[in-house]
Amino acid sequence: MIHYRSIAKKLVISFLLLTVVCFDQQVFAQDGKALFQQNCASCHAVSKNLTGPALAGIEERVTDKKLLYAWIRNNQAVLSSGNKYFTDLYNQWNKTPMNAFPNLTDEEIAAMLTYISTEANKKPEVKTDAAGAAAPEADNSLLFGILTLILAIIVLVLMQVNANLKRLSDEKEGVPSYEPVPFYRNKAYIALFAVILFIIGGYYTIMGAIGLGRSKDYQPEQPIYYSHKVHAGTNQINCLYCHGGAQEGKHANIPSLNTCMNCHMAINEYAGEKLYREDGTEVNGTEEIKKLYSYTGWDPDQKKYANEPKPIEWVKIHNLPDHVYFNHSQHVKAGQVACQTCHGEVQNMGEVYQFTDLSMGWCVNCHRETKVQFTDNKFYSIYEKFHNDLKNGTLDSVTVERIGGTECQKCHY
Amino acid sequence: MEQKKYWQSFGELNNSDAFKKNAQDEFKEDLPFENFDAQGLSDAKTPRRDFLKYVGFSTAAAAVAASCEIPVKKAIPFINRPVDAVPGIANYYATTYISGGDAIPVVAKVRDGRPIKIEGNELSSWSRGGTTSQVQASVLDLYDTARLRFPMADGKEVSTFDAFDKMVGDALNGLGGAPVVLLTSTINSPSSKQVISEFLAKYPGSRHVQYDGVSYSGMLLANEATHGKRAIPSYQFENAKVIVSLGADFLGTWLNPVEFSKGYSKGRKVDAQHPSMSKHYQFESMLSMTGANADERFTHRPSETGAVAAALLGALNGQGVSGVTGDKLKKGIEKVAKDLAAHKGQSLVVCGSNDVNVQILVNAINEAIGANGAVINWASPLQNRAGIDADMAKLVEDMNAGAVGALLIQDANPAYDYFDAEKFKTGLKKVRVSVSFNEKMDETTELCKYVLPANHFLESWGDAEHKAGYVSLVQPTISPLFKTRQWQDTLLKWSGNATTYADYHKNFWTSRLGGSDNFNKALQDGVIESAAAVMGFPSFNGAGVAAAAAAVAAAKKGGKVEVVLYQKPTIGDGRHANNPWLQETPDPITRATWDNYVMMSPAMGKAMFDIDISNPSQSDNYEAFPEKPAVIVKVGNKTVDLPVLLIPGMNNDTIAIAVGYGRSEKIGKAAAGVGQNVYQLASFNGTSVLNFADATLEKSTSKFKIATTQTHASYEGRYEVVKELTLAEYVKNPTKILDGRKKELEPWGGLENYDKDGTLYPMFDKPGIKWGMSIDMNSCYGCGACVVACTAENNVSVVGKSEVLRAHDMHWLRIDRYFAGDVNDPESIQTVFQPMLCQHCDNAPCENVCPVAATNHSSEGLNQMTYNRCIGTRYCANNCPYKVRRFNWADYTGADSFSGNQDESSDVIMMMNDDLTRMVLNPDVTVRSRGVIEKCSFCVQRLQEGKLTAKKQDRPLEDKDVKTACQQACSADAIVFGNVNNSASAVSKHRHDNMNRMFYSLEQIHVLPNVNYLAKVRNTDKISAHEQFGAPHAAAPAAEGAEGGGAHH
Repeated sequence: MIHYRSIAKKLVISFLLLTVVCFDQQVFAQDGKALFQQNCASCHAVSKNLTGPALAGIEERVTDKKLLYAWIRNNQAVLSSGNKYFTDLYNQWNKTPMNAFPNLTDEEIAAMLTYISTEANKKPEVKTDAAGAAAPEADNSLLFGILTLILAIIVLVLMQVNANLKRLSDEKEGVPSYEPVPFYRNKAYIALFAVILFIIGGYYTIMGAIGLGRSKDYQPEQPIYYSHKVHAGTNQINCLYCHGGAQEGKHANIPSLNTCMNCHMAINEYAGEKLYREDGTEVNGTEEIKKLYSYTGWDPDQKKYANEPKPIEWVKIHNLPDHVYFNHSQHVKAGQVACQTCHGEVQNMGEVYQFTDLSMGWCVNCHRETKVQFTDNKFYSIYEKFHNDLKNGTLDSVTVERIGGTECQKCHY
Repeated sequence: MEQKKYWQSFGELNNSDAFKKNAQDEFKEDLPFENFDAQGLSDAKTPRRDFLKYVGFSTAAAAVAASCEIPVKKAIPFINRPVDAVPGIANYYATTYISGGDAIPVVAKVRDGRPIKIEGNELSSWSRGGTTSQVQASVLDLYDTARLRFPMADGKEVSTFDAFDKMVGDALNGLGGAPVVLLTSTINSPSSKQVISEFLAKYPGSRHVQYDGVSYSGMLLANEATHGKRAIPSYQFENAKVIVSLGADFLGTWLNPVEFSKGYSKGRKVDAQHPSMSKHYQFESMLSMTGANADERFTHRPSETGAVAAALLGALNGQGVSGVTGDKLKKGIEKVAKDLAAHKGQSLVVCGSNDVNVQILVNAINEAIGANGAVINWASPLQNRAGIDADMAKLVEDMNAGAVGALLIQDANPAYDYFDAEKFKTGLKKVRVSVSFNEKMDETTELCKYVLPANHFLESWGDAEHKAGYVSLVQPTISPLFKTRQWQDTLLKWSGNATTYADYHKNFWTSRLGGSDNFNKALQDGVIESAAAVMGFPSFNGAGVAAAAAAVAAAKKGGKVEVVLYQKPTIGDGRHANNPWLQETPDPITRATWDNYVMMSPAMGKAMFDIDISNPSQSDNYEAFPEKPAVIVKVGNKTVDLPVLLIPGMNNDTIAIAVGYGRSEKIGKAAAGVGQNVYQLASFNGTSVLNFADATLEKSTSKFKIATTQTHASYEGRYEVVKELTLAEYVKNPTKILDGRKKELEPWGGLENYDKDGTLYPMFDKPGIKWGMSIDMNSCYGCGACVVACTAENNVSVVGKSEVLRAHDMHWLRIDRYFAGDVNDPESIQTVFQPMLCQHCDNAPCENVCPVAATNHSSEGLNQMTYNRCIGTRYCANNCPYKVRRFNWADYTGADSFSGNQDESSDVIMMMNDDLTRMVLNPDVTVRSRGVIEKCSFCVQRLQEGKLTAKKQDRPLEDKDVKTACQQACSADAIVFGNVNNSASAVSKHRHDNMNRMFYSLEQIHVLPNVNYLAKVRNTDKISAHEQFGAPHAAAPAAEGAEGGGAHH
């Protein structure tokens, strides 16, 4: 008995250990991903050449770890030391200078390299069909609907049978019978029908009214077919590279055209996977880049801004009512919320659509569930009571709601 | 029961019927159900069937409208974004508020390219971040729809500046040697002075005349006579133990109120450990804002100012007091002289008179009491007023004689504010080339042949030296909205200098500061200050004193009634009359908006109109209706017909009228038809323009309505809203107020447990932050800068006179004015100002009555108002004991989705609905639509921003992160705000250190406010409120006044 127990105990412990280790690694890789996106993604992709070469297999190409690290930190120093491989590479890439990253620690570089190697070895992911996942649910409701209908018909039939039997028995017993009333003039039926109609009508009216002004899945056609999938997905450019405002202030901001041209001065054609619009028509990526050039006035042949620029009028997708105050930096910087939480998997979207309904219920739900960076951010040190509760175990975490995140004047003023 | 010690209105004093009715009804108007009871529901104006029809129609219409497609919105990014311009993040630029000679260092908040708020620049050592209501409101002037939008010649647009330059250049060249005169307001900008001298050099025989609408020429000349310097010294009120003001409104309008109120409040802050404060005596004819703050106040006729100065000088020199009428005044002068003599080197006399002789006497007094070099600083004179009246008079003479070839006018408007405007106008017609650089089509510009509007200061480059040695720079915060050009640019062009003024200005300062880095730093700071000069002073030359005294003694005695002209702290000299924020800010004393009027003592009112203020029904007749009795004021051959307001504390032989009103219609919709111009009632005595005159009064049959906000809010008979004690009482028994509170709260758990034991409701935790505000009533002078700051920060609507008349004013913050004393004895009147805003009660009565929970409490102690949830029942406003909730009766700021959804439209509302004006709105604050309640939010947008800043910087919240708009605007630092859960915060310390003076308004009703006040301490022998009305419901207080009635005539 005792024997079994100890084995079970060991098993449990090792399982836990395994989980922790797996979890740890996951965290590690995720850090690597974040670091990669922050530092490298604007010029490098894992398996594609961008402004700089593809990084897949970099550790095989440069086996000297020290050299590689030195290169990443300060490539100019390595170049000036006359390393052949890197000098050749530099010349091969038209002597485009690489940024220096002197502040990266060994661990951080290792994390990024791990990320690159795991990403390079990853098989192309099988896309899960969102509609497929939702399908069984839809089936169920249909089934329930049919069942309800069948039951309702049975009830009706039984009622009719009952009425007929009653009439028959009445006749037998000689109770004077009234002229039978057809069901469409039977007041009970009419009343029932009216009530059902009212309930159904009311339901749809209310749902319709709640939905007024909401525009989930809104996906307008934009002046340029800008694919987030290509930029944030395939090429893994960090969201904040273009939408830097998200960590500074209220608006995430659509990048100004000079930000686009940081990369597109060099990248003037699209040679990736074929792109399709929602309606199935194919998009010529190179033509779309040319549209950008016509807006910015860039002449790719002369390699300079030759024409008068004009602004791009993007169609705004995410619109909040005027009486709502929303601040991106509160969520991105202070709250450390990932962009995808509210915007969906933008890296897999062609043209962006509104992922959530941006309703108040949706906001409030998130505020109820999300935990704040309570111990990490010194701002919250003033909440002594909660810190004590955390210490003595009365609380396991502090949600946004607990520090007043669902109060009216956090968003409405 | 000490009730009705302080009264806001005569009705409250008398407990009249109108007052009682007002106390019962939250809203002044009756509900719009006419004849309900008499005729029954179906016959009423809106019968039930119609009502149902409307309901059906509006539901259907709303459904149709709402189901329309959501409009497509565009997002247009920059092509090339400047590094420091992030949409949604405000930038702050140091610049300088320029108006006339006033130059106050400010910081402009620029959001997405638009300046939307002005704050004081804390780097300036003299203004220390202080502002006035005019400074706060100046950002709205930028978006004034009445600004001139292009250069004009003969009223027609000139297409380009070049064409205009050529036109005027030709005209100037064709003058044939006739002199060119540049007429400006006071110029204290070093670079502009250089530009002017270059221009004058180009046109030989030309000259520069500086002219101030309200002149200080008497002081300038007197100082020249006694100190050999035509300059105005700066006054350091913080060094004065005894302050005597002879009619100078130094906290409101006199010379440099920002600096003076900073210094004054330093001397008036009562330290709990060592309670002491300066003593302020005021001698004046009318009740000015400064006088209302005085410890002791004596009234006299305006023509007697000289006599008072002479008597004071005499008393100081050991002669008896003579030459003044009235026992009280005599005794007052004796007392003041004694006090002054006892505080040599620590006292100061200032005087608002523009008479050279009076100012010479004042200089002699200051010399006798050793103020020069101790309190009066001659090392850094004030340079904001330099106009000499005689220069202007000479110019007008020359113009009439045809001896002026060209007149270039910059920021001066003599056709409106010159005492003899008619003469100026006829003169102007004889000037061959007249050019105006004024920003608007004002009374003078209208008459000019050429008009080249200048930029607003927020669109300009420049500099100013308000005080010698203290330079502040002006930098543009937005590119010019219209086709306007800086006048300096124009003068440079016309003097043949090809550089733009921007470059000129840059070169000027780069060479002076030694390098462009220093210039950029100065531009960033906004101020250039050399080390403070030693407080030396020029020696006093008393040669003219005897002559001055003789002249004063020989001056003509005033007639039966005298009129004195004054400036309001908001409207000032009338320059900003088209600013609706200023027009709607109530006057500190009369609490009237959108008007000027005759201020008259109740005694004179009784003699003229037979209104006995102490008779409840008569006082109701006068007070409860907006229509006021009117009077025709006749001065010489000039008359003006104005309504009358009875103000206790006025000298019984004097009436007072504010200047700055009666502007031309072309100046804008807000100024049009508001009040009347009284500048022409002033007179010129050969050296300076005097602001008083003999007047004869005649009853008028005209009907005027005055929109005063005084009687709008009612505390429903509850007390005590304000508390006050004398310095002596405070020193003797520091815990008097604390003891009073303890005693009052004893039955409900005492001070300690009152919050818990005084209620059935549960207590709620405030775990992190608890916001709190502490207001020192000793430092609130009633100027109203906070009111305008609040309006600007929180998109508070302007409603216009017609709506204020219906008590629909929207201010979130009001400054209540209380009188105490005997209405018929001006010397006994003591005034208390109290800023009243939402008290953010922890046990708020408004919250429990809202049927839709649109107002509720936050865990940070805020009483939250959620506009989008509000359905407009107004139960909350009805249940608010402080009456600080405001209802949007109309769509005042164009917030509704349906344009033109207005029936209450007046010109002013339409003006605030304009797209240009709406550019001033703060994008972080919801613009409220019709039908919702609003109120003070403690500037929650700033609190949220401050918290976010701290979070982003990974640190706890600090005091510097959060400042409410009212707190930031106050130049007397009366308001302290912060997190009271943090014992190290300023507000916690303020409360703790001043525990003895702290109180909550209406504490006994257990609403648990988060705003506390510190009781006012008056450095005087007695508090009128305590002396006069010890008995409950004093029915006829006049009879109780010891010396009441003595002033009747």
